[in-house]
Amino acid sequence: MAVGVLADRLPVSRPAVSQHLRVLKGAGLVVESVAGTRRLYRVNQSGLQVVRDYFDRFWETALDNFAILAAAEAGPPANPDKE
Amino acid sequence: MDTESSSAVEVVRSVSVPLSRERTFELFTTRMTDFWPKEHSIGGSEIAEVVVEPGAGGRWFERGVDGGECLWGRVATWDPPRKVVLLWQIGADWQFDPHFETEVEVIFSEEQSGRTRLELRHRNLQRYGNDTERMRAVFDHPDGWTGTLARFVDIATGQ
Repeated sequence: MAVGVLADRLPVSRPAVSQHLRVLKGAGLVVESVAGTRRLYRVNQSGLQVVRDYFDRFWETALDNFAILAAAEAGPPANPDKE
Repeated sequence: MDTESSSAVEVVRSVSVPLSRERTFELFTTRMTDFWPKEHSIGGSEIAEVVVEPGAGGRWFERGVDGGECLWGRVATWDPPRKVVLLWQIGADWQFDPHFETEVEVIFSEEQSGRTRLELRHRNLQRYGNDTERMRAVFDHPDGWTGTLARFVDIATGQ
């Protein structure tokens, strides 16, 4: 997305948008590229690795819990006193 | 901007349990409360219950100890005992968003000696980083955008 497009949509001036984008870029939240005379900004995709890691850990924990629950439901394994 | 051609991001996890496929499917869908990591709540109070309403279109939600319900998503596919697909519609701001969808596909397959393998894929996580609707909401909503900018400006200027 170009700076001008953002400025048109926002209740702030174009220089203000540029300044804000520099801050976002500095924080690693947007990535800048140059197309001709225009600077384009997009959301930084590397943040996705954080999202992926989060869900990976989350489901690992949930499925570990599920395995414990399933084992309890299945009853004690191979009880020598029975059968 | 093309949002879906960028590579799909997913996580895959699987587990083998000593139950039949039918029992595993039932346990997964009716006893979510018992295996859900409790700290993962988006409601205003502690989780009392996690509910998956059986059948396609059913709601997936948490009920807090205060009785309040907080929607997480919906059932997209209900095919017992083979498969269930849940739509996880919680955005990056941890709020339910009806326009945001990621997919949790769970497949149950038979293994030897009465065991079942559960394979879970949480798909389309790339939408967290490249969701045009959400970006539009941020850009079109003066409070959202300027609020966000104001916070970054505060940080940048050391306030």
